[in-house]
Amino acid sequence: MATKNLSSNAESVVLKDYESVIIFTPVLSEDQLKDAVSKYRNLITENGGELVHEENWGLTKLAYPIQKKTTGFYHLFEFKANPEFISKFELAFRRDERIMRFLTVALDKHALVYNTRKRNGEFNQGKKEQKQEGAK
Amino acid sequence: MKKKSQVNPAMVFNTTPEAPQKKKFCRFKKNGIKYIDYKDANFLLKFVNDQGKVLPRRLTGTSLKYQRKVTQAIKRARHIAILPFEGDSLK
Repeated sequence: MATKNLSSNAESVVLKDYESVIIFTPVLSEDQLKDAVSKYRNLITENGGELVHEENWGLTKLAYPIQKKTTGFYHLFEFKANPEFISKFELAFRRDERIMRFLTVALDKHALVYNTRKRNGEFNQGKKEQKQEGAK
Repeated sequence: MKKKSQVNPAMVFNTTPEAPQKKKFCRFKKNGIKYIDYKDANFLLKFVNDQGKVLPRRLTGTSLKYQRKVTQAIKRARHIAILPFEGDSLK
């Protein structure tokens, strides 16, 4: 599906929806973190992308150590971008020593609905879980 | 009536498919959940055992369609260190 998009829309740019979770090293100071985040924010917008949503989870404990660190700064970008931009975006992540781990995911229509509902606070996480618990 | 009978693996193995004693159901179909968020660790914890392994469908009752999505979400969550790859006593 993605390849079809790529070839048929070489001229007219069709933006797809993506979501990136980035884990920065915990050794960064607050300013350094802001710098790093704004760098990637700019990278998205400069390449014809469109930032939909951004979330900072702060310093979070990791489930297992990465590069001998047990915590990390999580940052979430939700954006629309040209599919060709993603490889460039991820290459920038790989070259950046401040980034320990990243994950970019293409969002399908259900994910988009879910994300907008979550942003509007339609379900606070607890509510959804209680529903699940009841079903069990 | 059907309290905690679902979680007992021994009962699952003993019953034949023709005569199930408790009705299992797919929680995603029942509740109309279309998307499984890989960032929601607490929710995903319901689908792994206490070592962090993915639970089989025969225990959770999830339909095949959503089991695929569950495993995908768990693998993503592991990659971004939200869930462990291995661990003792997660629960």
